[in-house]
Order: sequence, then C-alpha cells, then structure tokens
Amino acid sequence: MPVAELHAVTKNYGEIAALRGIDLAIEPGEVVSLLGPNGAGKTTAVRILLGLMQPSSGRAEVFGHPPASRYARLRRGAQLQVARVPETLRVREHIQLFSSYYEKPLPLQETLAAAGLVDVQNRLFGELSGGQKQRVLFALAICGNPGLLFLDEPTVGLDVEARRALWARIRGFAKRGGSVLLTTHYLDEADALSHRIAVIHRGLIVAEGTPAEIRKLGASADLEDAFLAITGNPNVVEEVA
Amino acid sequence: MSNVYLLEAKMEFLKSLRMKMYSLSTVIFPAMFYCFFGLAMGKEGSKDSMPMARYLLATYGAFGVMGASLFAFGVGVAVERGLGWLQVKRASPMPPAAYFFAKAVVSLSFAAIVVALLFGLGAAFGDVRMPLWQWLGIGGALILGAIPFCALGLAIGNFAGPNSAPGTVNMIYLPLALCGGLWIPFQFLPKGIQSIAPFLPSFHLSQIALRILGAPVQGTVIGHVEALVAFTLIFAGIAWMGQMREREKMYG
Repeated sequence: MPVAELHAVTKNYGEIAALRGIDLAIEPGEVVSLLGPNGAGKTTAVRILLGLMQPSSGRAEVFGHPPASRYARLRRGAQLQVARVPETLRVREHIQLFSSYYEKPLPLQETLAAAGLVDVQNRLFGELSGGQKQRVLFALAICGNPGLLFLDEPTVGLDVEARRALWARIRGFAKRGGSVLLTTHYLDEADALSHRIAVIHRGLIVAEGTPAEIRKLGASADLEDAFLAITGNPNVVEEVA
Repeated sequence: MSNVYLLEAKMEFLKSLRMKMYSLSTVIFPAMFYCFFGLAMGKEGSKDSMPMARYLLATYGAFGVMGASLFAFGVGVAVERGLGWLQVKRASPMPPAAYFFAKAVVSLSFAAIVVALLFGLGAAFGDVRMPLWQWLGIGGALILGAIPFCALGLAIGNFAGPNSAPGTVNMIYLPLALCGGLWIPFQFLPKGIQSIAPFLPSFHLSQIALRILGAPVQGTVIGHVEALVAFTLIFAGIAWMGQMREREKMYG
C-alpha cells in the first residue's frame, strides 16, 4: 500500500487552476522527486499532502488517512521553506519541542547526530550559518521518527559540501525504510537521490519514471535537457495563449 | 498530552524573554511612564482626587498589560505566519491550540511581570499603601484583563503583514491607551474622546482596576466585565475570519 497518494486531485485558486488532475503514489522506502518550473503546482501538491490545504476535487491520503488527520501527522515529517525561524531558541530546544509532538520520537542525541548538529546544539538558532539552519529544519522533520518525509527544496542556498552531506542523510533515511517526497530545482539532486521522478508542468504530471526513463523521454543524455524538452514540448502540454 | 502544552509554553516564554525587543520594551515603557508621571510629578493628591502614584498604578498597569498581549500576539503571529514558521508547526502533529495557549501564557506572564514591577515601584517610591486584598484584586483584574487584548492581538496578527505588524499594533495600541483614559484620567479627557471611550476595551479594563482602587469610575464592574467579554468574542471572530482567509491563500 502506498504511504502517500493523490487521486485525480485538482486545485483551483479562483480562476487559476494550479493542479488539473494529478495522480501520484509514493511506495514504502521510495524516494520520489517532484520536478517542475516555478508555479507548476509542486508546492500546491505538497501542501495538499501536508493537510495545509484542501483539494478542489479528487482525493489525498497519507498512510490511508486524510492528510490533516492526527494519524497522518504523527507518521510524517516535513522540511518546508521558511523565511524566518524563531531565532532566540537553542537548537536543542527547537528539537525537544518538536519531538514532544510525536508519540515515539528519536532520542534527542540521535536526532542531533543524524542531522549533524551535535556541536551546535546549545547555540541560538539566530547564531547559526545558513547550512546549519537548514540542518535544524531537517532535524525537526526527522525527530519524530516518521515513515514519510516531505522535503521542499531542502538544499536551497547550501554549498556543495553541505548538499552532499544532506543527500547522504536522505539516503540513510530511505535505506532504513522511510519514504521521501522531494521537490527540487536541482536536477542533479533528483537524479542522485530518486527512485522515481514526476515532472509536473502547468498543473499536470507530464512525465513520470526513473531518472533514466526521464532522460529517454526527453531524448537526452542530460537530465536537464530532458527536463526542458519535456516541459517545453507543446505536444505534451497545450499552450495557453 | 498536557506536557506538550507546558513545553510549548515554556519554550515560547524563553523565546520571548530572549527577544529584547519584546521583553524589554514591554516591561520598561510602562514602568518609565509610571516613574515620570506617577512618581516624579504627582505624589501629592489634590483635595478632590487621589494621589497620582496611586491612580496611575491602575491605568499604567492596564497600559502594560495591553502592550504585553498586543505585541506577543499581534507581532508574534504576523511574523510567524507571514514568514512560514506557522506552516511548519501546522504540518507537524502539534495540537493547534498549543500554539495559542503558549502565546496566551506568555502574554499573561509578562502582564504579571509589568504589574508586579509597577506595584513595587508604587509601594517603594510612591507611598502607595493598600490592604492585601486590594493589591491582589487590582493585580488579578489587570492580568486577566490581558485576555481581550490577546484576542485583539491575534486578530491583528492574522491580517497584518510580517513587516507592517509592529506599526499596525502601535497604531491601535497607542490610541486605545490615550482614548481609554490610560494616560490622562477619563474625567480630564476632551468631551469628544469621553464619548467614544465606552467603545474601547482599554477604557473598560482601566475602569475595573480603578473601581477596586477606590477611584471614581463610570458604570459598574459587571457592566465593564460584560463589555470585555463581548470585545473578546468580537476580536476572536475577526481573528477566525483571518484564519479562514489564510487557508485558501495562493501558493505556486
């Protein structure tokens, strides 16, 4: 049974159709990347699976339950894009608080170690570097020992080293049986991490498959060229005048 | 389960205490005003009014309580909502009420700190003497009086942008203080302002505290309490509308 599913999900904001009928399933232990240009509907799809927003039609489920249900929340972690996190709490305090929300959280030291934060656990959030801040958000996503992780552009603004380190952590999470839904603009990231990629464009999934299959679909050895071919192809999506 | 609420409140308190912008200005401004107008200028009462040090304890107390709750909720919620932090909390299994509970605990705690500081200043430097029940009655009324302003702060926080929130709060806070008779006693306010004061929650809160203090007041305590309950419901309703609006906001 998939851990997260969207069935024929649409979402309209007034006149604008952000999602126009999306089907997506994430299986246990699977890392799925959602790729798409800005405004394609990635964030809307994630927000629906997080229970932050209702679909206009269709059905969304997380572990067979409504995404906003307590059952789903307890089994899910999310690293979202945040412009500002409260800066006057210590790293340890942020993690303690989020751990208290879950029924079976990881021990604090384990979360700190898994996110690479042991050395800065007593620092205030506001005193951290950009990479360390991202790691705290990652720690908040994994501290409840969830079965499903949502990562919304988790490596934005990170240097190469920090990105690779986060990739290793994501792989470690999947290896232990966790599922991941990743949205990203970095195609090498999707390529390196995902079992499956779904390309979303103007509210529709226009291509889906392994990274290798996506390259083939876009008739290119380079994933980035393949992506541009897929999202720019007027045969795939009707152009809006 | 209740542990989550307590921990949320503890962390919110630590967070607010360490935010000097909030913790210092919340406590220092009312105390400073009280020192200027209550202690330095008016220890002696005229023949038909009580000493300023005593009278202003109630009104600057109300002023401090309003500030503690309006800024904790108004600015706190506007920033955390507008800059994405509330999303992270909402996506987590945090019980939604814990977020508001924690902010209310912080508002009431800082309200208590401000009131205690003013009481200490008044007793030590203003020769204010009262029986214990009166100290406790005024203190309790002022601290509980934070509740309608928590609701007003939440309403502001649900509508204001993260950058404009401090300005918006001040635009509401300072006129409420002035027109509610917190800076200048109600009977000395211009007639026009006197006529709008009953439509302001600040007026009703200060009248309750002044009544316990034994100062001449308008209306009855029950009437003022009823008015504050009504204001709380209205502000909570406005806050709720803001929340509904937020839910359908557009994101790519």
